[in-house]
Amino acid sequence: MSEITSLTLYELIKNIKEKKISSNEAAKSFVDRAEKSKKINAYVTENFENCLKLSKKFDDKPNFDLKLPGIPIAVKDLFCTNEVRTTAGSNILNNFVPTYESTVTQNIWNEGGILLGKLNCDEFAMGSSNETSFFGNVQNPIAEDLVPGGSSGGSSAALAANLTPVTIGTDTGGSIRQPASFTGTVGLKPTYGSCSRYGIVAFASSLDQAGPMSKDVKDSSILLEVISSFDKKDSTSIDFKRNNYSSELTRNIKGLKIGIPKEYRVDGMPDEIEKLWKKGIEYAKDCGAEIIDISLPHTSYALPTYYIVAPAEASSNLARYDGVKYGLRSSGKNLIDMYEKTRSEGFGEEVKRRVMIGTYVLSSGYYDAYYLKAQKVRQLIKQDFDQAYNKVDAILTPSTPSSAFKIGEKSNDPVSMYLNDIFTVPVNLAGLPGISIPAGVDKNNYPLGLQIIGKPFDEQTVLNIAYSMEEKINYKNNITDWWMK
Amino acid sequence: MDEIMSKNNSEYLIERNDNVYEVVIGLEVHAQVTSNSKLFSSSSTKFGAEPNTQVSLVDAAFPGMLPVINEFCVKQAIKTGIGLRAKINNKSVFDRKNYFYADLPQGYQISQYKYPIVGEGNVILDMPEGQKQVGIERLHLEQDAGKSIHDIDPSNTLVDLNRSGVALMEIVSKPDLRSPDEVNAYIKKLRSIMRYLGTCDGNMQEGSLRADVNVSVRIKGSTDLGTRCEIKNVNSIKFMQMAIIYEANRQVDLIEEGQEIDQETRLFDTKKNETRSMRSKEDAHDYRYFPDPDLLPLEVTDEFIDKLKSEIPELPDDKKKRFIDEFKVSPYDATILVSDIDTAKYFEEVVAKMGKNRDMKLAVNWITGELFAVLNEKNIEIAQSPISAKNLAKLINLIKNGTISGKIAKTIFELMLDGDIDPQIIVEEKGLKQESDPKALEALIDKIINDNREKAIEYKQGKEKLFGFFVGQAMKASGGKANPQLINEILKKKL
Repeated sequence: MSEITSLTLYELIKNIKEKKISSNEAAKSFVDRAEKSKKINAYVTENFENCLKLSKKFDDKPNFDLKLPGIPIAVKDLFCTNEVRTTAGSNILNNFVPTYESTVTQNIWNEGGILLGKLNCDEFAMGSSNETSFFGNVQNPIAEDLVPGGSSGGSSAALAANLTPVTIGTDTGGSIRQPASFTGTVGLKPTYGSCSRYGIVAFASSLDQAGPMSKDVKDSSILLEVISSFDKKDSTSIDFKRNNYSSELTRNIKGLKIGIPKEYRVDGMPDEIEKLWKKGIEYAKDCGAEIIDISLPHTSYALPTYYIVAPAEASSNLARYDGVKYGLRSSGKNLIDMYEKTRSEGFGEEVKRRVMIGTYVLSSGYYDAYYLKAQKVRQLIKQDFDQAYNKVDAILTPSTPSSAFKIGEKSNDPVSMYLNDIFTVPVNLAGLPGISIPAGVDKNNYPLGLQIIGKPFDEQTVLNIAYSMEEKINYKNNITDWWMK
Repeated sequence: MDEIMSKNNSEYLIERNDNVYEVVIGLEVHAQVTSNSKLFSSSSTKFGAEPNTQVSLVDAAFPGMLPVINEFCVKQAIKTGIGLRAKINNKSVFDRKNYFYADLPQGYQISQYKYPIVGEGNVILDMPEGQKQVGIERLHLEQDAGKSIHDIDPSNTLVDLNRSGVALMEIVSKPDLRSPDEVNAYIKKLRSIMRYLGTCDGNMQEGSLRADVNVSVRIKGSTDLGTRCEIKNVNSIKFMQMAIIYEANRQVDLIEEGQEIDQETRLFDTKKNETRSMRSKEDAHDYRYFPDPDLLPLEVTDEFIDKLKSEIPELPDDKKKRFIDEFKVSPYDATILVSDIDTAKYFEEVVAKMGKNRDMKLAVNWITGELFAVLNEKNIEIAQSPISAKNLAKLINLIKNGTISGKIAKTIFELMLDGDIDPQIIVEEKGLKQESDPKALEALIDKIINDNREKAIEYKQGKEKLFGFFVGQAMKASGGKANPQLINEILKKKL
């Protein structure tokens, strides 16, 4: 039944609706494949038995009006799932079982989706290679010992390895788009405020945004339609008119103006990335878009700004993991000792590094020079985009400055790791929608992605451009199932 | 020093070696917002529930939980700001105040730091020597923490999160207070205003009103502020006053010994009646305030504020003025009557029920005299008064129209206590109606004079003191029912 697992979401839905495949058959296929794919280490927590049970229940009383009728879906382990362990990739939440459901996952279950399990990720979504997870590295299905990107590395790997038809990730500085780029898949970060943050383990509240990850653009549009909703439980959720993204999806992008920001030509960028970008520009032209050179002058400040704002918020967001109420508690001589031991044992190195950076930049005497300055620069970065959007409808850039790297290659060099996010971070700082689509391969045949950035709330245009270019690019992953051999 | 004191009897001065010091006090009052649910969650705020039964996932800071502002609490804060004649800010910002403590589930308190919802205002105090205006620096909204309980389990601290997330208003005064008496008046006035507004019940026993007290001292007449110490979390006016007196004297002693005062946070030990250092400025927490990214800036329109303004009831200062102007009540009595909203309500109801031929003086005296005495004795609030305003008004009218004497009224008042009985019924049932028939009284007095001939002669010879004796005899003979005024008149004529 391997053909079931290689179907796109759209195809799977179609087959289920036409009763060619049952929900239970689909669930079985994905579970079987997952059993043979343990080496990928995509799952932190499997929900297989329950998924099989629920799929049977769906088949007994099917509802084909739903948008995800009986579709088994695995999700990043940053989404709280009722009665299913949620770890955020951290030892400190190793045994945490929520009694509540995130809005985004609830939206999926409401439309007929069934939870397959919880996917590995960098600890508290802090990482670009999934190597900071307490639950071990994840293998990129593209090649052995290659990182799947991060922080949604379990999600991108599961998707590329056909362990789930679609998945959801979260993106704070590129955590959906970069792993999509590394695995030859599609990943969309919606406009900040599109998808509710309620029930998502927080990393950096002003940047975190959930989004769909899929095998192709159409699938992302289907899933976005399901997960994007106004939610009163999240004060930063925005009540705007959401499109019917999948039914409004079109390849007609004739006359759309696409901007090429010169500042994204960074020093030391590999030739193949430059070439990919040029190729992308040609594809966009072929699709009927008009290419316009633009400037986003504050781009070079985005990464340092991000690495002040995100750790600052994280240092505060992670204060609740103190051993008092839930999660790991190490015993100590007194309260302070208990805190120190719990957090020392509960958090990994990268999380500790960011908590310390964040604490530092918020400290009295440093606040103005770091946090406040970063907030001001963030405004300038936002303004850059606002001005650019007076001239263009969307912006095309590479997704990442390189292809996937080997496990361990950058784990001792945090700064070089942080550079992975150089093209994705400005989008989060400005709160914009951005998508990464596979666009080619490097000399090792590792996938490379292109990023399309849109205006706020204009996910539809982003999807349309991606949909149109996807057809021209006609990229196919070459997955050999090496891990099963 | 005595001379200075006499000029201003609520002033508090400390004299040491020819130096006269005054104390400078500023208060940060934490007032619990009257609201059914918490500031950022829908959990109940009811006092006295079993531990950890009023805790939502948000209050306990579970992963992924987000705060959502309770609009009612915002309205309450704005109303309070209006009551403090303060500037309401159209835009305010919630910040995170970061620190670790077992009863602080988030690891930060959501508060307002740079941009509070309410700005500068003022409060008028009625002091014996006249009115005094105390400046308000700001009012901001913040979450309360939970409660750590150290004395139930010998080896563990227990945490109760019922209070976690309850809305507080922190009302910061300017350093305008100069004595324990003024602090007393200030807290009572704040409490009164908030009770009028229904924004805080002011119940200090339940912790609805607590204060951090900032104290410094300086040579009287100086305009520089001395180094201040902050005494944390004092929960009664009496303790505030004791803490201020102790702390001011401690500081004066240090200065007189030529020592510096350290700016520090201190605790008041109510058992030992002393303040103790809690942490010095060097050890002060770095709270790393920053805007809470889970909440948008709080924006309120002028229309929103105006609508709340239109809902503001008459406040103590205005009510007092009206009582004086309209009811001709003395300023002293008016201050007492308006100090508590329930007293004012009771008084106004008595006034209304007295009707056209009302007697304000009697009403004031009966409320602040007899009724207050009973409430005091029973240790109850006027809202639970055993005698309704309606029946007290009836009693007053019976005195006013001469049906009963003031003395009989006191007897009736005692009888009314047992189930708020209508005084008219008591008068009729017990036959306590005042004897005001001049003929009957003349006969009665004739008899008394006859029976006491010798005393009558002595009186005529100039022993005027005996007049009281005859009044007493007449009252006694009438069973207390004789109209005292008529008795006086007739006696004067007959003797």
